[in-house]
Amino acid sequence: MTLLRLEPRGEASRAMVYATPLLAVALTLASGFLLFWAMGFDPVKALHAFFIAPLMSLRGLGELAVKATPLVLCAIGLAIGFRANVWNIGAEGQLTLGAIAGGGLALAFYGEGGWWLLPLMIVAGMAGGALWAAIPAFLRVRFNASEILTSLMLNYVALHLLNYLMHGPYRDPDGFAFPESRLFEADAVLPLLVAGTRVHLGSLFALLAVAAGWFLMARTFIGFQIKVIGLTPTAAGYAGFNQKKIIWLTLLLSGALAGLAGLGEVAGPIGQMNPTISPGYGYTAIIVAFLGRLHPVGILLAGFLMALSFIGGEAAQIALGLPKAITGVFQGMLLFFLLATDVLIRYRVRFGAKQVVGRAAA
Amino acid sequence: MSSLPHRLELRGITKRFPGCLANDKVDLVLKPGEIHALLGENGAGKSTLVKIIYGVLHADAGQILWNGHDTRIPDPAGARRLGIGMVFQHFSLFDTLTVAENISLGLDQPGPMDALSVRIAEVSERYGLSLDPRRHVHNLSVGERQRVEIVRCLLQDPKLLIMDEPTSVLTPQEATRLFETLRRLAAEGCTILYISHKLEEIRALCDTATVLRGGRVVGSCDPRKETARSLAEMMIGTELSTPERLPQGEAGAPKLQVRHLSTTSDNPFATNLKDVSFEVRAGEILGIAGVAGNGQAELMAALSGEALVPDPASVAIEGRPAGHLGPRERRLLGLAFVPEERLGRGAVPELSLSENALLSGYAREPLVRSGLVHFGRARSYAERIIGAFNVVTHGHRAEARSLSGGNLQKFIIGREILQKPRLLVVGQPTWGVDAGAAAAIHRALIDLARSGAAVLVISQDLDELFVLSDRIAVLFHGHLSESRPTHHTSVEEIGLLMGGLFNHPPDEDEVDRAV
Repeated sequence: MTLLRLEPRGEASRAMVYATPLLAVALTLASGFLLFWAMGFDPVKALHAFFIAPLMSLRGLGELAVKATPLVLCAIGLAIGFRANVWNIGAEGQLTLGAIAGGGLALAFYGEGGWWLLPLMIVAGMAGGALWAAIPAFLRVRFNASEILTSLMLNYVALHLLNYLMHGPYRDPDGFAFPESRLFEADAVLPLLVAGTRVHLGSLFALLAVAAGWFLMARTFIGFQIKVIGLTPTAAGYAGFNQKKIIWLTLLLSGALAGLAGLGEVAGPIGQMNPTISPGYGYTAIIVAFLGRLHPVGILLAGFLMALSFIGGEAAQIALGLPKAITGVFQGMLLFFLLATDVLIRYRVRFGAKQVVGRAAA
Repeated sequence: MSSLPHRLELRGITKRFPGCLANDKVDLVLKPGEIHALLGENGAGKSTLVKIIYGVLHADAGQILWNGHDTRIPDPAGARRLGIGMVFQHFSLFDTLTVAENISLGLDQPGPMDALSVRIAEVSERYGLSLDPRRHVHNLSVGERQRVEIVRCLLQDPKLLIMDEPTSVLTPQEATRLFETLRRLAAEGCTILYISHKLEEIRALCDTATVLRGGRVVGSCDPRKETARSLAEMMIGTELSTPERLPQGEAGAPKLQVRHLSTTSDNPFATNLKDVSFEVRAGEILGIAGVAGNGQAELMAALSGEALVPDPASVAIEGRPAGHLGPRERRLLGLAFVPEERLGRGAVPELSLSENALLSGYAREPLVRSGLVHFGRARSYAERIIGAFNVVTHGHRAEARSLSGGNLQKFIIGREILQKPRLLVVGQPTWGVDAGAAAAIHRALIDLARSGAAVLVISQDLDELFVLSDRIAVLFHGHLSESRPTHHTSVEEIGLLMGGLFNHPPDEDEVDRAV
């Protein structure tokens, strides 16, 4: 006999849909507290260094926006696909291809740029990401190959492609064989939005993506089709919605947004091409999408939270001498607790001896 | 004191679910050897009560007496130990295993397989349920699968056998054979609790009937002394308006023509259609009968456009080849479509009624403008459906899954009819729907046909087809029989066709004039 049981709810609890992300954050903090304590740090101080100190300065807040930008851009696209049961795990690769395509233009027109270069780079970045996502879309629609596997594997191909370029065509001719490109010229760099920070035009694009993502899902017929396909594919077939079209659309869209995120990194805070454009933004964006309940506004909030875990992780490395892995530990705990607490949406916890439990009335 | 204790007596059984009182102080007495019908609309509390007897659910209050002794039934295994067996409406059999293997999985102490096979053969012989223990279940017809479930119960030597809507999947002949088995069991002293909404059947089979409405017992009677109408009125608590069949007017131009339609499927469990031809004319209702799994799903998909057919001309809507068109294009030609599965095909469970109105309404109603959903219009369209078809719900925001089966079906049929289709294809229009809603749905289909549309009804319910159709054809193993005018045929004849006894050359059949 168990003391703790899960009892199915009649229907999903709406309150819990919103409460479990908060609960997951609370559990992550509590576990972090115990973790720091067990490691011999002052847990209050450590958590303060991790989660509070980075927010106490304009520069810190700016960094938060800089980190949240690629996360939100990627997650908005992924979430729209996830709503349609299209599981694009390849945002990391699509982000890389966006950087390769857009950054390539910056290097190709080095010294001959003009006002037109940046818009062209933005278009090229989105096109690069979309083209990379077109590969899993084609394989899924034509051969019914799982986009989970194909898009994931293409991440590694993209990384190798970047490495090849950084050791060859993209390398700075005057850079002593370091795998880094020349620094982009002013015409090829996104303008800053807030003086004294590194917040750039890409953050505005991220906000636009949030608004557009909301509009698409809440107001358009395409968004309605995405919802129906995701919830009940057979009903979508009955209604005559074209599922192949939606697969193409969602993959190209999320690829383009990931590509824009990649371009925003190289033409933003990095300012050149190098082999480590992303510390895993494309993967973290998957967590952001789910933490934000696949809703654009939720994703915006979740993007900031995950950005904080990146910055806090760095701060904890500096202030406490913790290893870099601490960032991953906190991100992992957050996702773990979110998935674990999600059970509360459909089940309620009961204490006491077991009883046979039924669900529906006659 | 009575000489013989009651087999089962329920006293004041009460079961409450969040937001609903499923059983309210239900009393029920089952005597040894009687066939007792449990009647009631969907949601009346029949299933809850039966699940309590079988130990799946537990009553919040009340007493269960088994052979006169106060008893607690902790779980289905406990119910089986007492001698209670149950045959569910939906079978739980593994297709890839044999009959004997399936039965052994369902027994608490199966024993060695050889001995079990012998016992299966004995029991099935004794009760006229011919069944070969070595056959694989995927080769069995639905009727034979049901026999597996019944034999599984009989091996436990039950004192009380609960049958939940057992004939919904059977041909009339198979049902007759089942009744013989049940009568033989009853004669040996086994009590049978029989749940069905087919009133004629209950009148033919049962000794006693208990009627539930809204979780309470509202009456009991001897069904043999009642009419189907009086039983139905007891169930719904008001007078029933049955649709009257007006003589058919002149059938108009053909709205749907199917010519030599054959399908092939990758799915090994699909039933391919073989050279199916028929037509439905304006103003008439064509019924297609047949036991489930004889190609109905494939025919529905080929007509709706969910599956495209190789030769565009083999399906023509209003004279235009449509076999290559998807559902949306076919809707634009004037087709409306009500699928057999309401929740999960005809409606999205998690979405509101407004959004479900949009699901098929977008093609012919002005609900989408330049890519944007006009939510105001979707809402008023949903409200029009709710009003015109008396859908009981707390409004257009209600999720589709919150509606009862009958109300959801009224909503879906309303959604299709309000689009003013020239051709309506309906699968199982009143399956699992209560008598009141079924009458309303039948009325609406007949009205639609009389207003000049063509209606095709694909159903397993022969009573329904005889009420609705002007002509009836039968689908068997992917072949479609010639259609017969309803007033020139009988349930027996259609039943034989459902079992595969087609009259071969059509010109020998004098009655049959139409295609």
